[in-house]
Amino acid sequence: MPCKFCKTKPVIRLTNSSIQLCKSCFTRYFEKKTLKTIRQYNLIEKNDSLGIACSGGKDSTSILYIINKYFGKRPDIKITAIAIDEGIKNYRDLSLNDLKKFCRENKINLKIFSFKDEFKKSLDQLVKVYNKPCSVCGVLRRYLLNKYARELGITKLITGHNLDDESQSIIMNQFRNNMALSARLGPITGIVTDKRFIRRAKPFYFLTEKEVKTYSFLKNIVDNFNECPYSLDSYRGEVRDILNGFEARHEGTKHAVVNSFIEILPILKKHYSTTNLKEIKNCKLCGEPCSQDTCQACQLALEIVKPNFKRT
Amino acid sequence: MKVLIEKINKTINAEAKTVKDLLAKLKLNSTIVIVTRNNEIILESEKLNNDDKIKILSVISGG
Repeated sequence: MPCKFCKTKPVIRLTNSSIQLCKSCFTRYFEKKTLKTIRQYNLIEKNDSLGIACSGGKDSTSILYIINKYFGKRPDIKITAIAIDEGIKNYRDLSLNDLKKFCRENKINLKIFSFKDEFKKSLDQLVKVYNKPCSVCGVLRRYLLNKYARELGITKLITGHNLDDESQSIIMNQFRNNMALSARLGPITGIVTDKRFIRRAKPFYFLTEKEVKTYSFLKNIVDNFNECPYSLDSYRGEVRDILNGFEARHEGTKHAVVNSFIEILPILKKHYSTTNLKEIKNCKLCGEPCSQDTCQACQLALEIVKPNFKRT
Repeated sequence: MKVLIEKINKTINAEAKTVKDLLAKLKLNSTIVIVTRNNEIILESEKLNNDDKIKILSVISGG
């Protein structure tokens, strides 16, 4: 079956529609879908200072490429690539080299913040004490992204999260009976608006990981294969394998998970904003915004190491 | 034909009539790989030849 639109050789079959597309029709479809998500959910607004959360991997570099292509010349929009170096040897160091090269070649401002500088230990060191690498990494990475995005005057954090990521998060929260967490999901995160929390937007929300990979391959956006060594045995990894196995046998499953979730998300957000609204406080240790007396990052640090954070 | 599996950085010899056959023999899930020949993406229905050099790229990367 040739490309649906121009009848030339196809490079991908879309799993939510079985349409096959050639290289140029697919890249056009991909960019249009990204821009549609941005428009539909107001992910980028006039005068936004955008922080693109980057790792050097295919998802974040692809979204950086598209944001720079379509918004880079707008005088009212500022673009900064932000990367967090967790200190995972032979993984993060390699992907950051790719990111630095990409930003240099495309003249994009890049800021890198590290676990080592902020917390005095790399993730490789932290997991020797606290053997839950994904929990530690997630909490501390989000902490740094929010803190430095705010210091840089960023109004929106853009991430490369895709449909696969979101379907995994939805199912993980379901399996763990944590709908309050799901209420924070969606193309733009959060329930309560507070200027101390920089909202995170996901323009690839309705695009599959395979579509992102195909796009990055066709556009020669660097993606030297690189998988986090800590992700192999993670809970998310297990859910991912379940979903991918099901998708192979029942095409369109991941789209169905996300599309059905999007229908109920407004109800979830309304429920958790009215029943669980907590005053946003400032952490008594580091001053960062949180819903408890001590933020998650400091709680983690108290468990693992003696806290030695920079105070704001 | 020679098949490079990117995820394990290994080249193996395999025989298959189509990409779909090849993936089935290697027990690979087509939704999480991209198959290329001469750096061009080919789909499951594509016929393969014995002297082809195939690369199987993993869609999943990162953390």
